[in-house]
Amino acid sequence: MEENQNFTFSVYTENNVGILNRLSAIFLKRHINIESLTVSKSEIEHVHRFTFVVNITKTQAYKLVGQLEKQIEVIGAFYHTEDEIIYHETALFKISTEYLYDESIQDKLKFRRAHIIAITERYFVIEASGLKQDIDNMYEKLKPYKLLQFVRSGRIAISRPKMAISELLEEIN
Amino acid sequence: METLKKDVKENNSSKTVKLTGAEAVIKCLLEEGSTLAFGYPGGAIMPIYDELYKYQNQFHHVLTRHEQGATHAAQGFARVTGEVGVVFATSGPGATNLVTGIADAQIDSTPLVCITGQVASHLLGSDAFQETDIIGISTPVTKWNYQITKAIEIPEVLAKAFYIAKSGRPGPVLIDITKDAQFGELDYSYKKCEKVRSYRAIPKLNTEKVKEAAVIINSAKKPFIVWGQGVIIGGAEQEFKDFIEKTDIPSASTILGLSALETNHPLNVGMVGMHGNYAPNVLTNQCDVLIAIGMRFDDRVTGNLATYAKQAKVIHFDIDPAEIDKNVKTDVAVLGDVKQSLVEIMQFVSKANHKEWMKEFQKLYDIEVSSVINEQLNPTKEGLTMGEVLGGINKETKGDAVIVSDVGQHQMFACRYADFIKTRSSVTSGGLGTMGFALPAAIGAKIGDPNREVIAIIGDGGYQMTCNELGTILQSKAAVKIVVLNNGYLGMVRQWQELFFDRRYASTEMVSPDFVKLAEAYDIEAQRVTNREDLASAIKTMVQSKESYFLEVVIEKEDNIFPMIPTGASVSDIRLS
Repeated sequence: MEENQNFTFSVYTENNVGILNRLSAIFLKRHINIESLTVSKSEIEHVHRFTFVVNITKTQAYKLVGQLEKQIEVIGAFYHTEDEIIYHETALFKISTEYLYDESIQDKLKFRRAHIIAITERYFVIEASGLKQDIDNMYEKLKPYKLLQFVRSGRIAISRPKMAISELLEEIN
Repeated sequence: METLKKDVKENNSSKTVKLTGAEAVIKCLLEEGSTLAFGYPGGAIMPIYDELYKYQNQFHHVLTRHEQGATHAAQGFARVTGEVGVVFATSGPGATNLVTGIADAQIDSTPLVCITGQVASHLLGSDAFQETDIIGISTPVTKWNYQITKAIEIPEVLAKAFYIAKSGRPGPVLIDITKDAQFGELDYSYKKCEKVRSYRAIPKLNTEKVKEAAVIINSAKKPFIVWGQGVIIGGAEQEFKDFIEKTDIPSASTILGLSALETNHPLNVGMVGMHGNYAPNVLTNQCDVLIAIGMRFDDRVTGNLATYAKQAKVIHFDIDPAEIDKNVKTDVAVLGDVKQSLVEIMQFVSKANHKEWMKEFQKLYDIEVSSVINEQLNPTKEGLTMGEVLGGINKETKGDAVIVSDVGQHQMFACRYADFIKTRSSVTSGGLGTMGFALPAAIGAKIGDPNREVIAIIGDGGYQMTCNELGTILQSKAAVKIVVLNNGYLGMVRQWQELFFDRRYASTEMVSPDFVKLAEAYDIEAQRVTNREDLASAIKTMVQSKESYFLEVVIEKEDNIFPMIPTGASVSDIRLS
């Protein structure tokens, strides 16, 4: 049996209404859960980039990318394993101000990619970024301080191998 | 083209004329050479229907009795003509009723442009009367879909819709047009779409792959071809025939590939798949090279993938990159337009002779004849068989009819036993298996190619799913011949119940109305045959009729379709009884 692993799909599309629905339907039809999703601009003007993280087999990933690419408004789709990408997530933690001067929390914030980005009378907000594991660790550390709110972003990823979208566009046109 | 919305700008050139969106829709269809649509009016599409009234001398509309019927009729039209089938429906239930036909067209690669009315744009999302999110609903079953909210978008979007529907691997496109966009005005000018920057209709042919494939084919001792509908869609019937004749390779069809090669061609060894012919199924697991052309290794073709053609090198010709290695791992994939690929490979393949290998097919065919086919065509039992009805039709039409089959046992009999001498002569619901497909599809086929004899072969179950379309025949006068093979059961399900569920016939016995009276109520001449001696003359009367004709043949109740590959079994474990 082939083992599941995390794959990061980068899908370059036109910026039209309804594309998210069309892409997510492809995962749904195959009963594949999307672990994380980020939609943003890309390096090319008017081209959007979807970053999906899914835990599937390599065979599934190969077939999935074919179905994604097949969509009319998809310009190109790629999938990468964890060691083929540089990736990042961000999280925000909202905590009551009563803990602000707690020495223990100061210790927790020594992680190099965590800092306070807002302080008010009632609450303060910590931003942390890093790998999924880094955010998970920070979450565990801050949980005892009664999190008022917690949110984390989807993964953003840059691939080590080239994704030749501009060339693809030139080739078609 | 960046994105549609950004691209559509006010056009002030002098070549434009001021039109309403609704009129622009009809103009666009005419520009695409489309002069016919199947549909059903309703509130949100009334402005377009109003234009149909004005344009009735140039554009013909066939009123079906249900929107599902309109989609199947458009499919039948598209399958026999190779043109895009056009469908109109209103919003809400009108639009949702299209979904079965659209899904059918998607899985069977049939080009459709479905135009639905939608509530006015300011009402979108308000749960207005007959509002439904047809874009959301149809997304997984369309090649492309788009909602137009401004009249000015209409020409460019419809041009794109036609281009996408018919190019590359064809498929259904749905365009949803809000009522205010139909009423709104635009400066109309039309330009056909020739490319969409994010879409590659036809992958570039790689000559190296063609050469690799040719090397394998040239060294093959027992090569075997399975062709699919791609040969027909690609208009490559002649190139295909040239290729198999030069290489002398026995060739079998998928269900949708039928009629691309005439039935009696010496290299045509029948149909593969669950109820296909014995020889091509068994020998799939003995060939040394399997060449798949314009087919997609459906599970009904392959049976158990773990034991499918494992001994063979696999070469796959297809236009859709997503089909490569989807189900069967290939040794060489030749992507591209099948016609071009076959022309290209002809210069690299050598003339061959595979007579000994062909004898293997003949040997197994003889076994199939003596154990299955003989009894079907010349039954010794009292009850009528589906096979002998098809045999009778062959005698009368000489294979020169379009056979439109529904879904179930009768479909398998029709596809196994009907003779074809011309391409685009077999229309059936293959991938989706949509009962109720045949009657409306036959109407569309007849309207698409009125000079051809069109015979629908339908079971008593499927017939009752869409027999409301008899009204469409009454009104359109489409001279469709209808054969209902009535065994009083949902025969295919009953067969499975017999074989795999210890004859527990749960809800498969079907009580039906008097079909002859029903046809007569629609002014269609009708006849019921219960005895063998009446069959031939009844078929003759039907085929000779200039108008629509209904023939019910009462069939042996518990007849089974064989051969059969049970689900999950290997193709070579095909059962003869």
